[in-house]
Amino acid sequence: MFNQLLPNVDWQDMWEATYDTLYMTIISTGVTFVLGLAIGILLFLTSPHQMWANKIVNFLTGSLVNIFRSIPFIILIILLIPFTKYLLGTIRGVNAALPALIIGSAPFYARMVLIALREIDKGVIEAARSMGAKTSTIIWKVLIPEALPALLSGITVTAVTLVGYTAMAGIIGAGGLGNLAYLEGFQRSREDVTILATIFILIIVFILQWIGDAITTKTDKR
Amino acid sequence: MITLKDISKIYKTKSGEITAVKDVNLSIKKGEIFGIIGYSGAGKSTMIRLLNGLEKPSSGTVEVNGQQISSISGSQLRQARQKISMIFQHFNLLWSRTVSENIAFPLEIAGVSKAERAKKVKELIDLVGLSGRENAYPSQLSGGQKQRVGIARALANNPEVLLCDEATSALDPETTDAILELLLDINKRLGLTIVLITHEMHVIRKICHRVAVMEAGRVVETGEVLQVFQNPQAEITKNFVMQVSGTKESKESIEQILVNYPTGKIVKLTFIGKKTEQPVIAQIIKEFNVEVNIVHGNITQTTSGPYGTLIVQIDGHPNQVEEAFKVLESREIQAEVIEHV
Repeated sequence: MFNQLLPNVDWQDMWEATYDTLYMTIISTGVTFVLGLAIGILLFLTSPHQMWANKIVNFLTGSLVNIFRSIPFIILIILLIPFTKYLLGTIRGVNAALPALIIGSAPFYARMVLIALREIDKGVIEAARSMGAKTSTIIWKVLIPEALPALLSGITVTAVTLVGYTAMAGIIGAGGLGNLAYLEGFQRSREDVTILATIFILIIVFILQWIGDAITTKTDKR
Repeated sequence: MITLKDISKIYKTKSGEITAVKDVNLSIKKGEIFGIIGYSGAGKSTMIRLLNGLEKPSSGTVEVNGQQISSISGSQLRQARQKISMIFQHFNLLWSRTVSENIAFPLEIAGVSKAERAKKVKELIDLVGLSGRENAYPSQLSGGQKQRVGIARALANNPEVLLCDEATSALDPETTDAILELLLDINKRLGLTIVLITHEMHVIRKICHRVAVMEAGRVVETGEVLQVFQNPQAEITKNFVMQVSGTKESKESIEQILVNYPTGKIVKLTFIGKKTEQPVIAQIIKEFNVEVNIVHGNITQTTSGPYGTLIVQIDGHPNQVEEAFKVLESREIQAEVIEHV
């Protein structure tokens, strides 16, 4: 029955593309989480009146974040082609999409991390300092746990955005459902492939959002 | 125990310099409960934060527990802070941790082993009366319970000094009293030096041994609590004393009496310690031909004894009234004639 409704769908290709999309999303989300968190914490700690208050570092980091956040992703991919080539020796395949995905989304997530950290009650940080806590202790035991729900809902939003980015990365031959929809669906006018790829992407997004919401709710004890 | 020498703290802001604390000299003894009272903006918050190095003085030195807090930094300061703990107006608990985990936090910072942490946490939970709530999250606790967690957390590393930053200002009167009782109990049992800042004279009255009154960054008056109550010098101190003696509310009734009985004298009597128990009014009435009309009366307990005020109208022949005054004076009861309100 499926084959009648979807005459042009090659299931082998479809599953492979889904796997590629998932692979790119998961790896880039993971790296974005770590990198964005680190940049966000740096931005927070170097802001005025904070433990590492430093105008220059704060300004430079903030500017870099803003620049990369402002470049449209499709242009970023093209700009990063030489960098990717240098890094991986190729611009084809799922791994070649990762640098662009991470550089595109980490600054975006870093901003969300900064907002989440600013929401933490200043008094709690002061209390930790009054107990003689080191900055590293404050990062691991105060900043991250106290901002966790916001950090997790932020990474959920970022992950969903990344699914969209992987589809765009498909244009430069990164593979995945976006690539399939573009090459098979659009260029060869096989609408059924486009529609099925869209449905698969939607399912991935819904599952990501559901997992993200569930974990966020579970960690929030406020 | 704690010595502040020539302390000034100046903040530089865009709109100029702000002097938060100016030329303060204070010394606080070991085992004492020392109160600093002042209205908001008087510099009390800055003062208390100078004691654990959260703020550094612009000039002068701060010595706590034998260490120059104003000049040490880094790991030395962090070590010192483990023995100078602090509780806060808004409790400042980590919402992501349970009661037990919150209390364990300073122990984690101090590098105490897991088994010892569990033992100490249990002890502290019993001490502050939170048994059965170990696994609750702060959001499930009342204000008073949260402050109990705050106190337990502050006591975890066996501190020498406990700083209380408006610790009861966010609590209702009954809870305030319970928390103050707990602080008094801890002070007696552990011999802990307590420094607290507040804007409520009630808090000073209830648990402090000595008090410093702050206004616009300066300490305008220091002394034993009872002495300050009996004989406030600065205008602001008189205002604070009125908070407790209730004379502010009696203003209206005094006004009314001054109008209704223009002949007599309105007198404010201040009793201290044992003298509060003398039947002095009855004696005056019996001995002299005077009429005594009670306008307002109040008695409060301080850590060093009771303190009472009585506002009366004394009417009669001027000579007789004069004699009555002499009796009061001979009993060392302060009598102050109020002519205008």
